[in-house]
Amino acid sequence: MPANTTRTKADTPHHSRGPGLYVHIPFCKTKCPYCAFYSVESLSLIPRWLDAFEKEVVHSQHGFGAFETLYLGGGTPSVLTMRDLERVIQGLSCHFTFAADTEITIEGNPGDLTKDKAHGLRSLGFNRVNLGVQSFNDGELTFLGRRHTAGEAERALRHLRCAGFENIGVDLMYGLPGQSSETWLETLTRTLTFQPEHISCYQLTFERGTAFWKKKEQGIFRALGQEREREFFLMSSSFLEDAGYIHYEISNFAREPAFVSRHNRKYWFHIPYLGLGPSAHSFCESTRWWNLRSVKKYCEVLERGDLPVAGRERLTEEQIRLEAVSLGLRTNQGVELTDITGGPETEHTLRTLQDAGLIQVSNGRLKATREGFLVADRLPLCFFP
Amino acid sequence: MRKIRNFSIIAHINHGKSTLADRLIQRTGLVEPRDFRDQILDTMDIERERGITIKSQAVTLPYSTKKGEHFDLNLIDTPGHVDFSYEVSRALAACEGVLLLVDAAQGVEAQTVANLYAAMEHDLTIIPVINKIDLPSADIDRVKEQIEVELGLDSDLAVLCSAKEGLGIDDIFKAITEQIPAPEGSAAAPLRALIFDAHYDPFRGTIVSCRVFEGCVRPGDTIRLMSHGATYKVEEVGVFRLNRERKDSLSAGEVGYLIAGIKTVSDTRIGDTITLDSEPATVPLPGFKAVKPVVFSSIYPVSSEDYLALSDSLEKYKLNDAALVFQKDSSAALGMGFRCGYLGLLHLEIVQERLEREFGQFIVMTVPTVQYRFQLKNGKTVSIDNPMYYPDPVTIQQGLEPYIKAAILIPERYMGAVMDLCLERRAVNARISYPTTGRIEIQFDMPLAEVIYDFYDRLKTVTQGYGSFDYELLDYRANDLVKLDILVNGEKVDALSQIVHRDRARSRAVQACERLKEEIPRHLFKIPIQGVVGGTIIARSTISPFRKDVTAKCYGGDITRKRKLLEKQKKGKKRMKMIGSVNIPQNAFISVLRSEQRK
Repeated sequence: MPANTTRTKADTPHHSRGPGLYVHIPFCKTKCPYCAFYSVESLSLIPRWLDAFEKEVVHSQHGFGAFETLYLGGGTPSVLTMRDLERVIQGLSCHFTFAADTEITIEGNPGDLTKDKAHGLRSLGFNRVNLGVQSFNDGELTFLGRRHTAGEAERALRHLRCAGFENIGVDLMYGLPGQSSETWLETLTRTLTFQPEHISCYQLTFERGTAFWKKKEQGIFRALGQEREREFFLMSSSFLEDAGYIHYEISNFAREPAFVSRHNRKYWFHIPYLGLGPSAHSFCESTRWWNLRSVKKYCEVLERGDLPVAGRERLTEEQIRLEAVSLGLRTNQGVELTDITGGPETEHTLRTLQDAGLIQVSNGRLKATREGFLVADRLPLCFFP
Repeated sequence: MRKIRNFSIIAHINHGKSTLADRLIQRTGLVEPRDFRDQILDTMDIERERGITIKSQAVTLPYSTKKGEHFDLNLIDTPGHVDFSYEVSRALAACEGVLLLVDAAQGVEAQTVANLYAAMEHDLTIIPVINKIDLPSADIDRVKEQIEVELGLDSDLAVLCSAKEGLGIDDIFKAITEQIPAPEGSAAAPLRALIFDAHYDPFRGTIVSCRVFEGCVRPGDTIRLMSHGATYKVEEVGVFRLNRERKDSLSAGEVGYLIAGIKTVSDTRIGDTITLDSEPATVPLPGFKAVKPVVFSSIYPVSSEDYLALSDSLEKYKLNDAALVFQKDSSAALGMGFRCGYLGLLHLEIVQERLEREFGQFIVMTVPTVQYRFQLKNGKTVSIDNPMYYPDPVTIQQGLEPYIKAAILIPERYMGAVMDLCLERRAVNARISYPTTGRIEIQFDMPLAEVIYDFYDRLKTVTQGYGSFDYELLDYRANDLVKLDILVNGEKVDALSQIVHRDRARSRAVQACERLKEEIPRHLFKIPIQGVVGGTIIARSTISPFRKDVTAKCYGGDITRKRKLLEKQKKGKKRMKMIGSVNIPQNAFISVLRSEQRK
């Protein structure tokens, strides 16, 4: 815990600066055509990967201290069998220390979350599940190439509740070509019937290297356009806030402050995190490094006894500041006014942005408004000459 | 004993000067064929990109005739554009003769005539050379007739050549060695050398280009600059062979360079006479006429803390471009800067580009203007070359603006289009003459302010490149002149103000608002741009804000990617000037005079 005297709400126990641990499980039964995260469909590689992963765990004993969050992401961590997941958890708990109230999240595909799996995850120690629901409209799910139905998602959510999960996150996606406001509102409404503790609403983006990106390049898909994207964003924000959720990051909503994703906060506030598995990123003491983006190479390097690090960068103070401002303005925490350059020009900029309704200043902090969130990629540069 | 000939090539722009210089250089074997590149004397990137010569360049060519005579031919390449006629006249002062190049297809053009007069003023031997005789459209007889009638030269002496094909090059050498007189002046007399150019080298200080008229100078000599008496010890002398080549001395008749550890940039004055401290000459050489700038605009550093660096760069730049004049200036919007005078718009653009490329300065240039005069009710007359100092309107009796005599030479078929263009630019008193069949010369009286920006470009467009244009200042004439202010996001940007004729105010204001709308990038908020005369808004445009720009996901690897993008955008911002909360790109200031969207 830092000896920081100016405590804000951000520094409650759920928001402490203890390190986070991320494990990238790079396997999917089927790749979704929009997803740019690294994963492979060759599940036969899992045993070899597990061996390599255990080696990475052994080699990676950095001075991170006790982890306060553990996050299994991917890929699709839920494709791993209970036995394999047990090996992952066992390996981690043998070599790392964790705080008593560690947030332990696993990402899951609704298609994998049977009643048994839900109970199994719970008994393995997971206390948070982030479910890739995406939509409660079967047509949209087919379009997105998901291998589950709306009905399966509902069943999975019920199984998780039954298994005793009291912290469930639901991932949703909007801005699909041709999507109407009605189907989106219906997805949101059906999501709310489960009162998930956490909801992520991601706008569909066309990422380079994905099947969707290709289709957009070929002119088969058209992006929604700024105006429609705005409508979806503003609609989601006001709908969920009216339902009592806190819009605490561009794409993230929490039912209560306690349900803010503690793990994701590490990324946004330069809190140290260790990332294991192919393509995972780590950050510690101004240095960021990342692993090889290939299961095969990852395994080969570890089998040789080396670490699978592909690259690293050491951030200058200015770069840290730039990141801190750009990430901070994406959250409802905002940034400390003292973190942005002083001087008459800043004053002027602040006033102009306030008048435009994009930011608000209170208690020495600068925050983006809902409208400000919409242009969050443009805001930080206003404060860097 | 080597004989010397000093000559220059003068021509209208694009008549093939640089190509001819290339051929002459190649024929003398000064460069190995593998080292050769086109436009070899145009050493600046900007010259090569634009395909024009901006700076005079001197080069000494070794040449031997068949009879076994050995010559040093000093070629001084000169620019062709009207803006750089000052460079031409300085080069001519160092020569005894010129090659007057005429395009066999285009014939005599405005600058051909202007350059001819300049050469005659210096009493030089003129050798007409008809170039591009290989072109299918070449009409040698017609051009010979023009040379006789329009230039008053003996067309029988004209040398025919094609610099591109390498035809007639030997004839040109023959003409140079036989017709251009050898330099006079005794090497035994006291030293008199004319500084015709200079540039700054960070390691050697000022490198002076000079023509020795009398006497001799050697390393170790102490020289004196006659205009202010400063003395320096000569470190090195030599000649230009594309690169500098050291020599033991430079003596009467020779053209070369001199390095004397001159660190104080402003000490070197183009046109000054160098003499020896121990045995000074009594009378300096006739220098050059001081140039009068006709276009004015201010230069500001994009970032105010670079003011001192800009000041230093301007000093050094001025050494190599004597035509630029500048003095301190300041603006509410842009801070500390310099008010500069230029010979024309091309000159202004070149200054901007060279300051950026050669001196690494990011600058903002304000709207170019001419020098106006205002007769005030109290009987005084004030000269205003900066709209910021436009007098209080209630005190003005009348405004006066400079007029030029514009001479436009075009093939007859473009007459209508050119007339329209000129009348739109407030031209009056048209006089038409027919120098040769099929071509007409139109002369107008025109406000200088109407030609300073894109007139030449527009003329080229409407005449498909066939129009040539030259002008001289005429007089000042009374007109109803008002000040047009531009408000960006509600704030007056003084650097964007212009003085305009009342009848043109609205169209100029609309134009400025449109250009700024194109040039200023979108911001996070709506930016109104307004044109105002005397408190009344007469034009308006609006830059709409970004409606949405946000990345949906920002986890592990996204963060680095995102920061890199921001760093790139941040770099782009360095080329903009922040006024209020609006970032204005450096080129926007000058764009307001542009009548059309640039491609």
